[in-house]
Amino acid sequence: MASIEGRAANFRLLDQLARADTAIHRLDARAKVVVTLTFIVVVASFDRYTVAALLPFFIFPVVLAALGKLPTAYVARNVAVAIPFALAIGLFNPLFDQRVLFELGSIPISAGWISCASIVVRAVLTLSAALILIGVTGFPAVCEALERLGMPKVLAMQMQFLYRYLFVLIEDARRSARALELRSCGRLPRLPTVASLIGLLLLRTWQRADRIHMAMLARAYRGDFHSRKAGNFGSSEVAFVAGWMALFALLRVYDASQLLGALVERALP
Amino acid sequence: MHMADALLSPAVGGTMWAVSTGTIAYCSKKVTDELDERKVPLMGVLGAFLFAAQMINFSIPGTGSSGHLGGGLLLAILLGPHAAFLTIASVLLVQALFFADGGLLALGCNLFNLGFFPAFIAYPLIYRKIAGQRPGQMRLSVAAIVAATVGLQLGAFGVVVETVSSGISSLPFSTFVLFMQPIHLAIGIVEGVVTAAIVSFVHRARPELISAARPTATPGQQSLRKLLLAFLVGAMLTGGLFSWFASKDPDGLEWAIAQVSGEAELKGPEQGMHAALAALQDRIAILPDYAFRKNEAQIQDNGGSDGNGDAYPESRLGSSVSGIVGGLLALLLAFLIGFLLKKRVRRMPRAGGLP
Repeated sequence: MASIEGRAANFRLLDQLARADTAIHRLDARAKVVVTLTFIVVVASFDRYTVAALLPFFIFPVVLAALGKLPTAYVARNVAVAIPFALAIGLFNPLFDQRVLFELGSIPISAGWISCASIVVRAVLTLSAALILIGVTGFPAVCEALERLGMPKVLAMQMQFLYRYLFVLIEDARRSARALELRSCGRLPRLPTVASLIGLLLLRTWQRADRIHMAMLARAYRGDFHSRKAGNFGSSEVAFVAGWMALFALLRVYDASQLLGALVERALP
Repeated sequence: MHMADALLSPAVGGTMWAVSTGTIAYCSKKVTDELDERKVPLMGVLGAFLFAAQMINFSIPGTGSSGHLGGGLLLAILLGPHAAFLTIASVLLVQALFFADGGLLALGCNLFNLGFFPAFIAYPLIYRKIAGQRPGQMRLSVAAIVAATVGLQLGAFGVVVETVSSGISSLPFSTFVLFMQPIHLAIGIVEGVVTAAIVSFVHRARPELISAARPTATPGQQSLRKLLLAFLVGAMLTGGLFSWFASKDPDGLEWAIAQVSGEAELKGPEQGMHAALAALQDRIAILPDYAFRKNEAQIQDNGGSDGNGDAYPESRLGSSVSGIVGGLLALLLAFLIGFLLKKRVRRMPRAGGLP
């Protein structure tokens, strides 16, 4: 159960990174959300055997992470943790798709391996983009952006609440879990024990929600959160969105890898 | 269990986004109309609770492996379907953003698989039907186990349908179904047992919490009708989707059969490859044209498989090699740019930034 601590610490670190103040952090959250979503859709739109044409797209997460001062190792570690599911499904491709696409030297490369590689590249691109979005924007700002882009207000509020109490409740669960762990002598706890532990946690949570609501009413809560950063969609946001969109469109239509490769081949006869 | 962006085509991802956004809009309206203003903070805090609870592992009897709570059904029992659906949506968004579980394009799929099925199928149509008004211990357990199992089976089937119809993975429909459904049968039973245990614990300690959630789910005849209408729309949507996929399914199945029978005679590569090529050609022809299909490699691919060609044209080989070289170069360039940018950003210290 050490992973609870790990995950919670990880979570807190990401939250802290989002509070930095760089040019990317200062951009309106809507611009970043829109560009990231477009990026993911464009990456997903390539056909299953595309690998090379996807590689130039690394420019987006890399540039954003660099400008937003996100530690490379941190992003890499988090993405690596999440890859296995996509990889597990992707590894079936070489089994079911054994058609030989081309030979590299004398090693035949089957279509399955190509599409498996494509899945991994896609996974790295999309996962890192999502992670970097939160790392350079912060969850409350992403929520606000989504609300201003049309997400229902109830859901947006609910997410703000979720976010605000996440740390408190993780801490609470962590304490209970550790106490249980210390009493179970190295074995995994049994299901009924955990069920009543979670039940207690639930009761505490419920009471907490009631108290929170009372306290908020006492402070004139009318169903709105007021946040300091309103943010406006200025010229730098327009430039950011237009620039990335143009680049994505270019990379989608022209295979930059192919062009680069051809250029190199011509240069080295 | 979470669907991943990497396995999804924009068409499928977009469709599921549309379906899920529609459901979110409907649920938001319902929750707003209820005017129970205590509910929004409660939903938020319960969402956070679900996170915390998911981090606690327990041993699964008889297997030696460990599991944790999924929680969709539990939320539906505690909050009613509409509020539960919204809460699950927020939990999934946090998971997608912070823990890279699933992804943003896959959010629509995940919300449908893990939110719609437990909240709008498993809870009202199974759990409530079996549990009735005043369930005893036994009845409640049975209801929770059956509902959780059905919910997870539907969810797992959703993952399979979404993956296969996206066509990024080569897993045939039948193999994937045979792989996913039994696993999720086990997961569903465990989920049901845990849910039942938690619900009966809460029921014993504070019975009003469980019964308080009830009236909001069926406040009266009129809203029941609306609920049924919503289900009808949902069913028609899913039906439409499934039939859209179904037009392709026989093919996928045939392809799977060809593959499975082809595997036995791997030593005759000609035949296996021929079958695979033919099936591939079928797939390409039957898949609807996506908007972005025009890139050159794809056209060549189509041309290559058209004539049952066993060898690929020379140009294809050439383009592959320059593609590899260029791709690696592009990757290198991207990281080089990142590295230089990083250096520059470091050199310009800015007040308020992280050290």
